[in-house]
Amino acid sequence: MATDRIVGIDLGTTNSLVAFMQGESPVVIPGDDGSNLVPSVVALDSNNQPVVGNAARNSLIDAPERAVYSIKRLMGRGVEDIQEELKFFPFRLAEDLQAGEVLRIKLGDKTFTPPEISALILRQLKRNAERFFGAQVTKAVITVPAYFNDAQRQATKDAGRIAGLEVLRLVNEPTAASLAYGLDKKQNGIVAVYDLGGGTFDISILKLHDGIFEVIATNGDTHLGGDDIDNLLITIALDDLKGDTGFDLRQNAEAIQVIRKAVIEAKITLSTEPQTALDLELPGHRYQRIITREWFEKLIQPIIDRTVGPCKQALKDAGLKPEQIDEVVLVGGSTRIPKVRTLVKELFHREPHTSLNPDEVVALGAAVQANILGGGSEATENMLLLDVTPLSLGIEVAGGVTDKIILRNSTIPASSTQFYTTQVDGQANVAIHVLQGERELAKDCRSLARFDLKGIPPMAAGMARIEVKFLIDANGILNVSAREQRSGKEAEIQVQPSYGLTDEQVEGMILDSFDSAEEDFRQRQVIEARNEASTILAALDKGKKSPAWGHLTTDEKKKIAKMEKALISVKSEEDYQAIRKAIDALNQGTTRLAELMMDSAVSTALKGKTMDEADMGEGPTAPHPMAKAEFE
Amino acid sequence: MRAVHFCEACGKVQPPAPADYFTFFGLPRKLNLDVAALEKDFYVLSRKLHPDVNARTGGQEQEWSLQQTSLLNDAHRTLKDPIKRTQYLLQLEGVELEEQSKSATEQARSTGQIKKQIVPPDLLEEVFELNMQLEELRAQKKMGEDDPALIEEIGRQKLELEEKQESLLRELRDLWKVWDGLIQRAANGQPVSEEERKQERDKMVDLLNRRNYIRNLVRDVSEVLEN
Repeated sequence: MATDRIVGIDLGTTNSLVAFMQGESPVVIPGDDGSNLVPSVVALDSNNQPVVGNAARNSLIDAPERAVYSIKRLMGRGVEDIQEELKFFPFRLAEDLQAGEVLRIKLGDKTFTPPEISALILRQLKRNAERFFGAQVTKAVITVPAYFNDAQRQATKDAGRIAGLEVLRLVNEPTAASLAYGLDKKQNGIVAVYDLGGGTFDISILKLHDGIFEVIATNGDTHLGGDDIDNLLITIALDDLKGDTGFDLRQNAEAIQVIRKAVIEAKITLSTEPQTALDLELPGHRYQRIITREWFEKLIQPIIDRTVGPCKQALKDAGLKPEQIDEVVLVGGSTRIPKVRTLVKELFHREPHTSLNPDEVVALGAAVQANILGGGSEATENMLLLDVTPLSLGIEVAGGVTDKIILRNSTIPASSTQFYTTQVDGQANVAIHVLQGERELAKDCRSLARFDLKGIPPMAAGMARIEVKFLIDANGILNVSAREQRSGKEAEIQVQPSYGLTDEQVEGMILDSFDSAEEDFRQRQVIEARNEASTILAALDKGKKSPAWGHLTTDEKKKIAKMEKALISVKSEEDYQAIRKAIDALNQGTTRLAELMMDSAVSTALKGKTMDEADMGEGPTAPHPMAKAEFE
Repeated sequence: MRAVHFCEACGKVQPPAPADYFTFFGLPRKLNLDVAALEKDFYVLSRKLHPDVNARTGGQEQEWSLQQTSLLNDAHRTLKDPIKRTQYLLQLEGVELEEQSKSATEQARSTGQIKKQIVPPDLLEEVFELNMQLEELRAQKKMGEDDPALIEEIGRQKLELEEKQESLLRELRDLWKVWDGLIQRAANGQPVSEEERKQERDKMVDLLNRRNYIRNLVRDVSEVLEN
């Protein structure tokens, strides 16, 4: 249904895309510059207005303190986690950040949380889709790395909400890729998806059978990707420059961005050429260096070797040997690097499947899932995704130990029910600390959230029997509900998300961007509707002066007058849908008048009169006087 | 009788009735289970109950869909694995397995004591010897040297223990036959005493405890060998 279009979005570290199901196949929706990829770069222009994508890229070099890239690396993380990142990425953090708090970064002199930045990217994609469809888009499926933890997923959902999108489902990127692949191949078998993007690495092993896409095991590294290769090259360039010139350009943001742009181009060239040259004009110095593919491959070996551990663990968890994998699908721009392909071939003992565009396949898969959720079409009617949670869920118990209640690679939705009681007479609250990870000690796991069960009816210590249900939903996000069994009372749960936004904070942010985006769309609709109203009213005026008017009955004239009045009245208001309704009504009411005018124009012409005299405009090829205005 | 997941008439998802995993799949509380049939049922039910497939229904149905599917997944995961299945059934029968008991875990952690695990008597000597060898290897590794003969010996013992795990599993399947027999007799209306049931349960509990102990030991050995 046109009004119910659900889009699929790949919110990537380096590039983002939006796609939808067009008939039997998914298709990427281009931006107004015609390009399918929207760089995940956000900047503030000189008026403090946000700019996204290619337009923002130039700011990286011209005004780097007003631009940000690879924001995905900061989603759902805290200041304690990103110390490594800060060494290589020019993220400017707000000064007063506390541990466990959501991050805030500075663009110019404004601060933003990572979900707000991601929301700006999502809003751009939303607009691209709306422009393409000529209709509003409010629902989407957004992809996340399979190895994203709960906080990272929640941050992505928050970003969607802030952008004015109802996120119907978060889908894991490798699973989405497998959907695109499976739709294309329609074959049963065991597929491994090796996804090496700009900032994250995922490996998923799936069983495809009769339209069911079942993930058996998944593993990965949420801090591993093309960015790390870029940073290595940048470091070498900076070292070279220090050696050559004595200057340490590490603090020079513009210089770093210039170097970054150049090393990225070099990296890409080396995928097809045996060598390339860096040749940069920097303040006061020309930097030149020849890079061979051989040298490059040696350099990046330790980085790509980091993908081996997760692959082996995934195979182990799946209980499979590499020979039992039928197909390996490559996803993510970094898989274009020949050395990566060689590594994949060695790991899985077969040539990887490369016919799908590694940049687009995730978005296409998201579009397929969007289609399934929207009711499906013939192409997808038999398809179902069964995904898993990548990390074990645990509760901190006495002694700082993690008690695992849902194990990793459990099919989701999955749940676990635990029972708690009170320690003290009349105790009204119980505190629970939930964690994600595979380690024994709570301090080595990822803090997911602290829950406070409140409103426990007063009882003697140990009498209360509180049933707490932990449910990981189809998005891989934790939901908690609790009930005191003796009284049957639903306990009130207050969540303090680690590194995240509370519902109130998200609400507050939605209104801000919602206002401007919705406002823009609405304004445009109102303007267009008013233009059309003016056109039809002008045509009606003409019609009243024409001889055809005399042929109408009094009744017809009365009806037309009524509709005309209604349209004039509603035209000055802001409700574009009401204006359109009034236009349609007037159109209907003046059909006969229009026909009469046509007839008289024709007969007048035949009598030798000119079109001008017939008051008909440019002649028979002119648009029907009462016709709907054409607009693009 | 399978728990009613859908309305017979209109096919809409129903709220999950409180059901144990066996009832969810319409299975008797027998331990011998046709895993292939379970898989098939799992996929059939997934196609009907999954939230993705019910995405366009209203709030209430969506919620039930989520609950039903998580129950389906939990049930499938538990019944598919022979050990988990046995543990689950014993739990349903009111038995608290030593290792499983959360309160035992909490107590152990809070007092700092090692959780009480009974060493199977027939393994006492082996376990003692093996633990000594592990200590020795740990000490060697700390100093950066390791004796290949010791490593080989420990490796050999690990294989023996793994084989023991397998043979215990076979023994368990024999116990299943007896248990299933009791259940069948009860289903046929014949009397089965609580004493009989308890006897069979206890045998399975004992076997599982032994197997768990060996499994943990194998895990400890692997840890030392791999680091």
